[in-house]
Amino acid sequence: MSNTHAPAHRPQDLEEEIAGGVGESPQRPDAALKVRGDFAYASDLWAENMIWGATLRSPHPSARIRSIDIGPALRTPGVHAVLTADDVPGRNLYGLKDVDQPVLAVDVVRYRGEAVALVAADHPETARRALELVEVDYEVLEPVLDAERAAHEESVPAVHPGGNTVRYQPIVKGDPDAAADVIVSGTYTVGMQDQAFLGPEAGLAIPGEDGGVDLYLATQDLHTDRKQTAAALGLDPEQVRMTMSGVGGAFGGREDLSMQVHVCMLALRTGRPVKMVYDRAESFFGHVHRHPATMYYEHGATSEGDLVFVRARLYFDGGAYSSKTPVVVGNGTTLGVGPYVVPNVRIEGWGMYTNNPPCGAMRGLGAVQPAFAYESQMDRLAERLGMDPVDLRVRNAISRGESTPTGQVLDYPAPVEELLRRVRDLPLPETSAAEASDPDIRDLPGGASNTTHGEDVVRGIGYGVCIKNVCYAEGADDFSTARVRLQVIAGEPIAMVHTAAAEVGQGLVTVQQQITRSELGVERVNIHPNDTSVGPAGSSSASRQTYVTGGAVQAACRAVRAELLDLTARELGEPAAGLSLSGGKVVSETSGVLADLADVLGDEVIEETREYHHRETFPLDEQGSSERAQVQHAFSAHRAVVDVDTGLGLVKVVQLDCSQDVGKAVNPDSVVGQIQGGSAQGLGLAVMEEIQVSEGRIDNPSFTDYLIPTILDMPPMNVDVIERGDPNAPYGVRGVGEPPTISSTPAVVAAIRAATGKALDHVPVGPDHIVE
Amino acid sequence: MDFLRPASWSEALEAKANHPDATPIAGGTDVMVELNFDQRRPTTLLDLTRIERLAQWSRDSHPEGDVLRIGAGVPYSRLIGELGTSLPGLAIASRTVGSPQIRNRGTLGGNLASASPAGDGHPPLIASEAEIELESVRGTRTLPVSDFFTGVKRTALADDELVSAVHVPAATGPQQFSKIGPRNAMVIAVCTFAVALHPQRGTVGTGLGSVAPTPRSATEAEEFLAGELAENGRWERPDPLPESVIGRFGELVARAAAPIDDVRGTARYRTHALGVLARRTLGWAWDEYRNGTETSGRQGCA
Repeated sequence: MSNTHAPAHRPQDLEEEIAGGVGESPQRPDAALKVRGDFAYASDLWAENMIWGATLRSPHPSARIRSIDIGPALRTPGVHAVLTADDVPGRNLYGLKDVDQPVLAVDVVRYRGEAVALVAADHPETARRALELVEVDYEVLEPVLDAERAAHEESVPAVHPGGNTVRYQPIVKGDPDAAADVIVSGTYTVGMQDQAFLGPEAGLAIPGEDGGVDLYLATQDLHTDRKQTAAALGLDPEQVRMTMSGVGGAFGGREDLSMQVHVCMLALRTGRPVKMVYDRAESFFGHVHRHPATMYYEHGATSEGDLVFVRARLYFDGGAYSSKTPVVVGNGTTLGVGPYVVPNVRIEGWGMYTNNPPCGAMRGLGAVQPAFAYESQMDRLAERLGMDPVDLRVRNAISRGESTPTGQVLDYPAPVEELLRRVRDLPLPETSAAEASDPDIRDLPGGASNTTHGEDVVRGIGYGVCIKNVCYAEGADDFSTARVRLQVIAGEPIAMVHTAAAEVGQGLVTVQQQITRSELGVERVNIHPNDTSVGPAGSSSASRQTYVTGGAVQAACRAVRAELLDLTARELGEPAAGLSLSGGKVVSETSGVLADLADVLGDEVIEETREYHHRETFPLDEQGSSERAQVQHAFSAHRAVVDVDTGLGLVKVVQLDCSQDVGKAVNPDSVVGQIQGGSAQGLGLAVMEEIQVSEGRIDNPSFTDYLIPTILDMPPMNVDVIERGDPNAPYGVRGVGEPPTISSTPAVVAAIRAATGKALDHVPVGPDHIVE
Repeated sequence: MDFLRPASWSEALEAKANHPDATPIAGGTDVMVELNFDQRRPTTLLDLTRIERLAQWSRDSHPEGDVLRIGAGVPYSRLIGELGTSLPGLAIASRTVGSPQIRNRGTLGGNLASASPAGDGHPPLIASEAEIELESVRGTRTLPVSDFFTGVKRTALADDELVSAVHVPAATGPQQFSKIGPRNAMVIAVCTFAVALHPQRGTVGTGLGSVAPTPRSATEAEEFLAGELAENGRWERPDPLPESVIGRFGELVARAAAPIDDVRGTARYRTHALGVLARRTLGWAWDEYRNGTETSGRQGCA
């Protein structure tokens, strides 16, 4: 049923005759293993003589630790170690931006689930039972639970000594108090979404003979993990050797440390390999979540529908520790008007400490929350103006050469208008199950639960479009490293690509192979396991890896190629300038195929390592201005068609279509997969996904009660991929992974509004929001 | 932890008598989850999967109508595949349970013994006035299903007893079941409703789930509807039911609920939704009765 418009292979970028290069969709190297269930994930790690670690977590969102008695736990047969903050060998603090989070709690706990003590034992059950024997005497304190109050009320206690504001950022442009013919306002809230990756946190630490440690673990960023882990262990970074284990999804949830330091502490203390695996419930406490947000918006427009101003206040609840809160505030404010031209802007963003669960990175970081608000506002404005919601968006769409509220001029294609028109023109569903004489209940709201046979079912259509920055921003030196080796093995030229760039399921391994095939003209490309014996790649996040690691692989390949052509020139007496590599052969411009690559190479091993740094970005000033706060922007537009059972408030998303500009589809199948997956995650936020927090406690830490979409919830998609290359990026690529997560949510909610007429100012929309 | 694997029913009863704290396990779809989440640490597991008679069902003739005796170990997938015609309400409810894997493993006996207020199998059994057969080395007894549940996750089972079977009268009229969940498959019930029409007896059965500590019937609604159907000769001349009757039935069903607010839904929504489900399922069942056809809406599993 699904209709996919993915670009066919167009060889304009590269001369290549080798199969499986850039622009094609070769099978990923781990595909068969994963489908068969043979792929080894981090939870499958095993070592001879290994023991098991477990974590004692705080039952209180805010408390003072009066004392900890580890004696009874330590005396339990089978227990090898019980560790507390006193046992942290190095700096007992870590953090991605602000170094504010203890490895193990010292004196106070700031959220329910904070790690307090560790146990290593022969058996995981023994370790769990020993945890219950660790006696912690808590003095329970009043928790800080409301981010908005924490921002403004002096009486709210400070969660950290420096106060409760992690970051405050205003963006001011033009005259924010300008008058407008029409003004619409709204307050929007976004619930706490979980990454809901399927493979819970797991790792294995093996003590090294040099006093260091080898850590095998599923993560998004080996080097940043290593830097923080080594500091906490009091070791040199070189003494912490990390190797990537099979990652069962990440979506931002593996960017912060979880068990990294813990499992190493236990291994170094006991001298034994130690394994830790979180179960599903613990996983909800072991990683950060998407920031819940409260957002106040005011849009002003002329009576013709030209935006005059946007004024907004955004409150992000960062929970107990900073994590990525500063970046969420940066992204949320800079992208807070959406992909529109707005002459007058005042957006203020607050990222706050509270005693709620810590929040940090998740797909669409900081851009998901305001997109729900600004797109809801655009619909509200269109309704007030009596305009078509797509026409209003088209009228105000940003395009190349125009500037964002920070003053950054978009010097690359920004085809927002085109995306909107294209998604509107995609085919609509021809039938409605509610009008069928003999409907299959699974096509109706409520699905398999048999709640309607068509009664009270109303169809609605809604649109959403978004902007997301790609790569790190605001002055971060964003780079990746690749090492490429070319040699002849058994008569065949084989390339080996070595990076630390985490394959988290997105298909980066395939992309690296494709780039290498295209650049070196060799078919066989092996991917070295990710580890820290090569330079940093940064995190698999911010839709950045194909851009930066792709750029690094391209650069390393080109260095290898240059060396190889020099070698050819020396051997064959042809000038290197006229030579190229194609199909495993060295080709001359003038005389055609000169030699087999394997013959030229002989016993030589050519290895080159290169870093790729994208264009410089710059911090925001106090008014939120910057020449270039972000290196690139990506755009997607969604149209949702929903059937709503207005009697019961149940929703069936019938169709969810997306048009997205990807610059250059390096792997068209993977691009479509990213769009489908991202859309599903955005649909989840629209109608079901929310970590329910009361009094700082997570009430639904399980996949029984934290619901994610099933195949009956996620409809077929029309996916329309366009390629308007970014001249600044390798191959013209534009980040793909995040935008579809962002624009799908407002599209689905807009469609529910169209069907029901309800305001729906909160996501996820629950049945009770629709019927009450 | 001890793991007992009796090869016969009598061995199982003996084992339960000797280990009154043993946790019976059949499909394991509840017990294994509790073990994995460390919510339960039984001293002994009593594996019932080797007992063939638990996985059998039979149809027995009685003067007042056939009764299905369903062994406690019959999984949902077989209730759907083998008993869909005799017990349509139970089959519809079974289709809403979990995923194919869960329906292949999970059993009706386990659903009863777990006694979750949200158990999908319970409301149709209430609506059909099923009886639960309990057995121990002391003997066999049967209880009306409504007496079997004594509280949230509590039952009338004695320490030495096991659920051996469920006795359910074969349908003599249309049956329906409907369940609310905030996603379209694989979801724990926010509330459920079952209705069974008994044209021969001139009665109506109802079953409400997830709206009280135990599944229950809406007696007042049943009596109201039975009265309406009898007084106006509707069983004999089945015209469409007036909206007022359907509406009143929904109100009375909703009134029978005593729900709570929890992570799955609010009490207010549950009460509202239950009334809607009652109205719709009655409409489908009555249409079926009038037209003598299968219900509208093709039923399928997720």
